[in-house]
Amino acid sequence: MPPRGVELLRNVAAGRPRGATDPRRGPIKPAGDGAQTPDARLTAHLELLEGFLSRSDLQETVEFALDWLERVHHVNQSLCLIHRLNESSLSVVGSRGLSARAIANFTLSTDDWRNPLIHILTTRPHASYPAVSLSLQERRRRPNTPFEEAAFHVIALRGARSSDDAFGLLIFSGPRRITPDLEWFASTAAQKLAQVLRRLALSEGDRRQEYERSLLRTIVNAVTDPILMTDPEGRMLVANARARALFVASEEHSEGRRGAVGMNNMLLSSALSSKAIEETGATRREMLLVNPIDGSDLLFELLSTTTEDPRYGTGVVSILRNVGDLRRATEQISEGQRKVRQAEVQASAERDRLNLIIDSVADPIIVTDANGATSLMNAPAERLFTTSPGASRDKQRRVQANDAHFSSFVSGMLLSDEQRRVGEVNLLDPDTGTPLPVEAIAGKMLSEYGELTAVVSILHDRREATEKALLYEQLKQASDELEKKVHAATADIAQQNELLRRQAFELEQASALKSQFLANMSHEFRTPLNAILGYTSMLQQGIAGELDPTVKRQLGRIASNGQHLLTIINEILDISRIEAGRMPLQISRFKVPDLVGEVLAELEPLIRRSKLAVTTDISDDLTPIASDRQKVKQILLNLLSNAIKFTPQGSVEVSAQKLTAQRAFSVSVADTGIGIAPADHARIFEDFKQLDNSPTRAYGGTGLGLSICRRLAQMIGGDISVQSQLGAGSRFTLTLPQSRR
Amino acid sequence: MKKKTTKPVVLLVDDYPDAREMYAEYLEFSGFDVVEASNGLEALERAIDATPDVILMDLSLPVMDGWEATRRLKADDRTKHIPVLAVTGHALTGISEDAKRAGCDGFITKPCLPEDLTVEIRKVLDDAAGDGASRGSGRGKHAKAKV
Repeated sequence: MPPRGVELLRNVAAGRPRGATDPRRGPIKPAGDGAQTPDARLTAHLELLEGFLSRSDLQETVEFALDWLERVHHVNQSLCLIHRLNESSLSVVGSRGLSARAIANFTLSTDDWRNPLIHILTTRPHASYPAVSLSLQERRRRPNTPFEEAAFHVIALRGARSSDDAFGLLIFSGPRRITPDLEWFASTAAQKLAQVLRRLALSEGDRRQEYERSLLRTIVNAVTDPILMTDPEGRMLVANARARALFVASEEHSEGRRGAVGMNNMLLSSALSSKAIEETGATRREMLLVNPIDGSDLLFELLSTTTEDPRYGTGVVSILRNVGDLRRATEQISEGQRKVRQAEVQASAERDRLNLIIDSVADPIIVTDANGATSLMNAPAERLFTTSPGASRDKQRRVQANDAHFSSFVSGMLLSDEQRRVGEVNLLDPDTGTPLPVEAIAGKMLSEYGELTAVVSILHDRREATEKALLYEQLKQASDELEKKVHAATADIAQQNELLRRQAFELEQASALKSQFLANMSHEFRTPLNAILGYTSMLQQGIAGELDPTVKRQLGRIASNGQHLLTIINEILDISRIEAGRMPLQISRFKVPDLVGEVLAELEPLIRRSKLAVTTDISDDLTPIASDRQKVKQILLNLLSNAIKFTPQGSVEVSAQKLTAQRAFSVSVADTGIGIAPADHARIFEDFKQLDNSPTRAYGGTGLGLSICRRLAQMIGGDISVQSQLGAGSRFTLTLPQSRR
Repeated sequence: MKKKTTKPVVLLVDDYPDAREMYAEYLEFSGFDVVEASNGLEALERAIDATPDVILMDLSLPVMDGWEATRRLKADDRTKHIPVLAVTGHALTGISEDAKRAGCDGFITKPCLPEDLTVEIRKVLDDAAGDGASRGSGRGKHAKAKV
């Protein structure tokens, strides 16, 4: 302890005011019940001061003070209350001679300004309260304390300066009154406690400040932008980690890095020293620095603000923002905008196309957005829902009515969940006012997120449809009737066809039966006829003996009649064969002159007997023909035998020639016989017709010959014609195609 | 009649007795030996036991008709060399083709005068003789079959 301090102690302990040099000025009178000798008193005071000097802890100091009070002044009940910083009540720091419960129950709030103790704390140096025998009024003013009804004294604890508020109370009982020594004790202890408390508060504040500073440092360092503070000369006062990386280099860093840092510092100080800062106080400029780590360029925006600090004077706080990133971001944004513009252009082109399409549709089309506003309509829709300013009032009214009707349809659609709606909307023709019922078909358009973007409605004129339906109905009716008639007619025809078919079938059957019958009959005729002709022949040959000439002549009659009968049977058979279709064609190539020769040879006996001149006139250039040889031969045999039969005298000529133009040829048999009247030319080809039908007719024959000939000729694609006059001979001509397939 | 002579033997098959007798009388008069049969079955028996040189076959016959009889004759090695002439009152087209298919060597339509029939028979016999001369092997084969 320095000597000056001991001197001071002695003065203080002697009860002299601070700064006084004479410790003996004014005697310190001991308390009534604690009389002390001056030496003992001084010793006790010194003891207190030394005790205080050696203590710095609040609790220890208070304990020591109360011990001293008890020992020196016999104060056996005492209490020390301290008002700590930021607390709303006073807390007990130390006590003597009081029950722990009483202390625990005792609280003293600084807000309780009616409490006399609080009052003392702010206004009075001390107060004394006698034991409870007081008037009611005084009792009311007595504060509640652990001393209960005993008398007690209260001394406010204050710092050295009189302006200071009291920071605590010393309450004690025992001494009758507050002696100067007790006052000295209280003020000495108060000063000591004030000192302790101040130190306490100071150290608490330091800790807090240090914590706040480290927090601030952490925050500043955590900022990715470089932050620094410089003095007006450009010297760096504060820098965060990012700033230090740019502007601070130590010896162990590479030379390149140190160079880069030096460069950065130069750039920074030149930027900061510009007049702009001084004039505006805050500025914003771009600044190119070097990245000390890799040497690359870094573009920063420098924001500088001048600050006035009372202790440090003017400083400049600078924040560097890396605009390289910003620039990239800006570029990205402008690229995005460009894309948006491009999309807009495309969308507008799309929209133009769409407009073109919907305008070309004859039905009105309206696009309504999600709010029910019309966003698009084509020309036919415009005609219904818009008017020009100069339009008549009627027209405007109609258009409004149309709009209202359509809006109600669409709003119903917008409110509902349905994706599609078909309904009838009764509109009016804006020009004429005639009702225009339309069928409205509306569909919702959804975005890719399922939000409603628009409602597209197409209106279809129902009048046209109705008219068409009506027309179609009429047409259908007409068509149905027609169909019915056709059906009836068809059914009729089918019925008749069926009838005809049945009749044809029956006829065919009947015909087949007839043919079969005739064929059988022919066989049955032939068998006996065979015997008749056979025996007749045998008799004629004299196998049974020589015969009388008369008998011979009669046998001749039998034979010729038998032959005639056979001819009839053959001819009937031919007719039935033809009718039954059982005379198939057998086409072959042959020469007509050869065939004529064969026929003449076969009829040789007949010709010889007739005594007629039979001649031929056949051109040599006849090419072979393709036809049914047997049938041609039969025809010629018939024609020639007829000619001989019906020619009593004169001649018969067989001629043949080519008919080049018709690709045909003809064979004629001409006679000088009895002839046929033209009126009868047709009849001679009919079945069983001979011109002389009398039983005693002059010429034999069945009357089937020519009929058969004509049928045969037609079968092979040709025909037979006749030229004749009664009594002037006849010419029968067979015409045949060159080839018959 | 069954005695073997140099005369050609004709098997005459017909169910109509007058016709059969008439032809038989005339053929015998003309120098043939005649064996008669009145139906197809009989014709087969006669053909085997009388070994005729030619057979005149009516087609419409009781018991077994002429077409069937002809088919059997032509299927039998003992008789298939014998010429068969169909002699029929059927004159419709197709009958002659049917007869040829059944194996008939010729076709004659009734009525047929006896003398015309004789001419046809001689023609067939002459053809068969000509064939026999030129086709010895065929005969040999037949002879072998007979043994």
